[in-house]
Amino acid sequence: MNSEGMGASVARKEDRRFLIGKGRYTDDLQLPGQTTAVFLRSPHAHAAIRSIDATAARKAPGVLAVLTGEDVAADGLGGIPCGWQITNKDGSKMVEPPHPALALGKARHAGDPVVMVVAQTKAQAKDAAQLVEIDYEPLPAVAHLPAAVASGAPRVWDEAAGNVCFDWHIGDSAATEAEFGKAARVVSIDLVNNRIAPNAIEPRAANGFYDYALDHYTLYTTSQNPHLIRLLLGAFSLKVPEHKLRIVAPDVGGGFGSKIFHYAEELLVLWASKRVGFPVKWTSERSEAFLSDAHGRDHVTHADLALDADGRFRGLRVRTLANMGAYLSSFAPAIPTYLSATLLSGPYVIPAIYSEVKGIFTNTVPVDAVRGAGRPETTYLLERLADKAARELGIDRVEIRRKNLIQVDQFPYQTPVALQYDIGDYQATLDMALQAIDLDHFAERKAESEKRGKLRGFGISTYIEACGIAPSALVGALGARAGLYEAATVRVHPTGSVTVFTGTHSHGQGHETTFAQLVSEQLGVPFDSIEVVHGDTDRIPFGMGTYGSRSAAVGGSAIVKAMDKIVDKGKKIAAHLLEASVADIEFSDGKFRVAGTDREKSFGEVAFAAYVPHNYPIDTVEPGLEDSAFYDPKNFTFPAGCHCVEVEVDPETGVVQVVDVAIADDVGVIINPMIVDGQAHGGLAQGIGQALYEECVYDDSGQLLSGSFMSYCMPRAADLPMFRVGNHVTACTHNPVGIKGVGEVGAIGVPPAVINAVLDALAPLGVTHIDMPATPEKVWRAIQAAQGGAA
Amino acid sequence: MASITLKVNDRSHAVDVEPRTLLVDLLREQLRLTGTHVGCDTSQCGACTVWVDGRAIKSCTMLAVEADGAAVTTIEGLAPEGHPHPMQAAFHDCHGLQCGYCTPGMVMSATDLLRQNPNPTEDEVRHGLEGNLCRCTGYHNIVRAVLQAAEVMRAAQGPGAAEVGGAR
Repeated sequence: MNSEGMGASVARKEDRRFLIGKGRYTDDLQLPGQTTAVFLRSPHAHAAIRSIDATAARKAPGVLAVLTGEDVAADGLGGIPCGWQITNKDGSKMVEPPHPALALGKARHAGDPVVMVVAQTKAQAKDAAQLVEIDYEPLPAVAHLPAAVASGAPRVWDEAAGNVCFDWHIGDSAATEAEFGKAARVVSIDLVNNRIAPNAIEPRAANGFYDYALDHYTLYTTSQNPHLIRLLLGAFSLKVPEHKLRIVAPDVGGGFGSKIFHYAEELLVLWASKRVGFPVKWTSERSEAFLSDAHGRDHVTHADLALDADGRFRGLRVRTLANMGAYLSSFAPAIPTYLSATLLSGPYVIPAIYSEVKGIFTNTVPVDAVRGAGRPETTYLLERLADKAARELGIDRVEIRRKNLIQVDQFPYQTPVALQYDIGDYQATLDMALQAIDLDHFAERKAESEKRGKLRGFGISTYIEACGIAPSALVGALGARAGLYEAATVRVHPTGSVTVFTGTHSHGQGHETTFAQLVSEQLGVPFDSIEVVHGDTDRIPFGMGTYGSRSAAVGGSAIVKAMDKIVDKGKKIAAHLLEASVADIEFSDGKFRVAGTDREKSFGEVAFAAYVPHNYPIDTVEPGLEDSAFYDPKNFTFPAGCHCVEVEVDPETGVVQVVDVAIADDVGVIINPMIVDGQAHGGLAQGIGQALYEECVYDDSGQLLSGSFMSYCMPRAADLPMFRVGNHVTACTHNPVGIKGVGEVGAIGVPPAVINAVLDALAPLGVTHIDMPATPEKVWRAIQAAQGGAA
Repeated sequence: MASITLKVNDRSHAVDVEPRTLLVDLLREQLRLTGTHVGCDTSQCGACTVWVDGRAIKSCTMLAVEADGAAVTTIEGLAPEGHPHPMQAAFHDCHGLQCGYCTPGMVMSATDLLRQNPNPTEDEVRHGLEGNLCRCTGYHNIVRAVLQAAEVMRAAQGPGAAEVGGAR
């Protein structure tokens, strides 16, 4: 093994600049003539905008422009598009309302941007914003799913009767009903998947610059996918062709999904820059982020599981309401449907499945992908159901899973909900996690906790997810409006060093390191001689960005394909230099060698010959050594595993402490184990956050009550234990490196394990149900209710 | 406008600021020291942590005029270029950072934690960092890094050891 290649825990290239304060994030950048924008956002969840008086604001010191939705419309800007169209059960298309960049006529959620103020300094912009008078007529609003579908509910959009955006289904209803007809037992559950805020610590920012000399726009933005933003700006919102647009996503301080989407502010700073003649920068404040970054989850689900007398799963019937918020964000309709309901088989054999999903508009911030995106919701449902079934049928929780897991010899496994899993070994990860948590000695630990007045619980979850999105033709057939391949260029320089241009984007994942390891492994070039470039549409030919744990599986595969072309060309050059037949040239460890001899040319010698072609097969081979590749995946990848958690509950206060986490994942072939473990850790923290702490709480009038870091609780260091992460590798069968993806496993697998552990701890007190987040108050009330007290 | 003088990373500055200017805005916007970050508006996240007169503070919670006459150290001044502080080295070794955004504040808090307690337990490190949010790492590798840095710094301060991380 190359010590800097595949499988090595190489420390990261990108660390140095971050550790000395030299990272370059969007807000760090000051362009010559820089001006600042701030937004006035609707304080009401739903309101008619009667009038806007900006007379005083326009005269305020330093103010360059005060802009409204009418200005946006007058300049002919397009709205913010949705990237996925869902087809209803009845064959009609989803309701797709307009999404103007600044509210026009009505504001539809608290935080909806209404007025943009541009001034020379941020202080001047803020001062002027206070002088703008907006006359609102508050309208009835609806924030919560049950209320939004109740008869007589206020309508978010006139065209969406019952606030229904789409009414979609998947699976075979008749076959599923038949299984329920002959089931020995049926277990039912009602669950709420709590609404969460992504809260990357770097707030969103956008800095737009229109160059009058070149008639060209440049946007610096906190994006996970700059090429996608260029595509959407070019084709839909700004309506300027791509060659007149440069999008740069420099260092980005975390995304977790929230920086995938095309946001109005990206369009508005570019537009405003052309109007005022200076670069315009907007940086979100945290309270603003809570009201404008897309939220995640927010599902209400009822499910029934049919089992035979032995506890084997036979049928699954699911009805879900999914909150879309007030507008459709870029991928919103795909999350509860194609990224969630298609996973309803989980890691289990379930012969028949039928699921209905309704997307519902509410007067809330748009809901879209947050780390896991649909798969945490499904995993939570299946794993809560598995535990409930075990309890009701009197079967051990581990046994009911073991009995129903897809076996190694059943792959490739076709589920009843569209997906075909290529490979996995779910028993192996189950065994590995159970051994790590040492379940055999749980009773002793429980007794020890009890001595300290604590109730100890053990929880388990066996999960699968679909990553590596995605085969373009398949997602196109399902309503995606873009292809989901990935692109890469590998440029070998004359002295043999290498620059890789990748269409994926790293905002914490460490691609500058892992992709350099891929190159070092395949081309034999030293790690330090490789640079990975991402995040700039002028430097990178194309790309679809980073989300859904796709970068290594799809972006890495594109790099490998480009390197294959480089090696092929290098063989032709080497054959000429070595006076041998191309068919006889082998390449390994950075050497082109005539098979069976010691005659060889190094990779660097071949690169030099390609750029200084004095002795060169110039009639048949072009000079230079650079190639590009687009890789379109053949299937999704299917990471899977088992997460085990132990908690201690204080029955007096309801406080839950996670005391042990041991997980075993199969994320496919691993490039850098240190980085893979780090990705798992971060996902676990967010998953534990969703289970115990995090929730976007709206009141009935549509005001977000948890709109700051003081009221929205996230895990801090003392809330979490050390994590024990194990890996069992089965290589993905359809991409060149065998990678499946690791970015989301923690957020997907662990929430049900935490709640199952809490319910296990509380079982002796008679508590059988709790919804996330299991806050101290909720746990305490559940205990009181079960004990017959006043809850 | 108020005129103040302060030392930042051992360099003296005389600046005019609006009375409402926060220390973090002075550092980032006027002095262009953008290593200090802003992650919230309620003093919860700690991304803006710097040292003022040797103690870690959240620079979004302090007015620039309050720093008149003070000595401020930011992440840029923690160690000389090319000679990382043991805390910076440990974060690199232990993969204690991912997106890097919370990192400067985390490092400035963690170094202050070790000043107060050079030999912390894991639990003391976790509680000592409660003023800093990280959304990427789950804190696992940050805690490892702080424990490693503590060990390195204790060893360096042992009898006859050379001084490391000379910023304080």
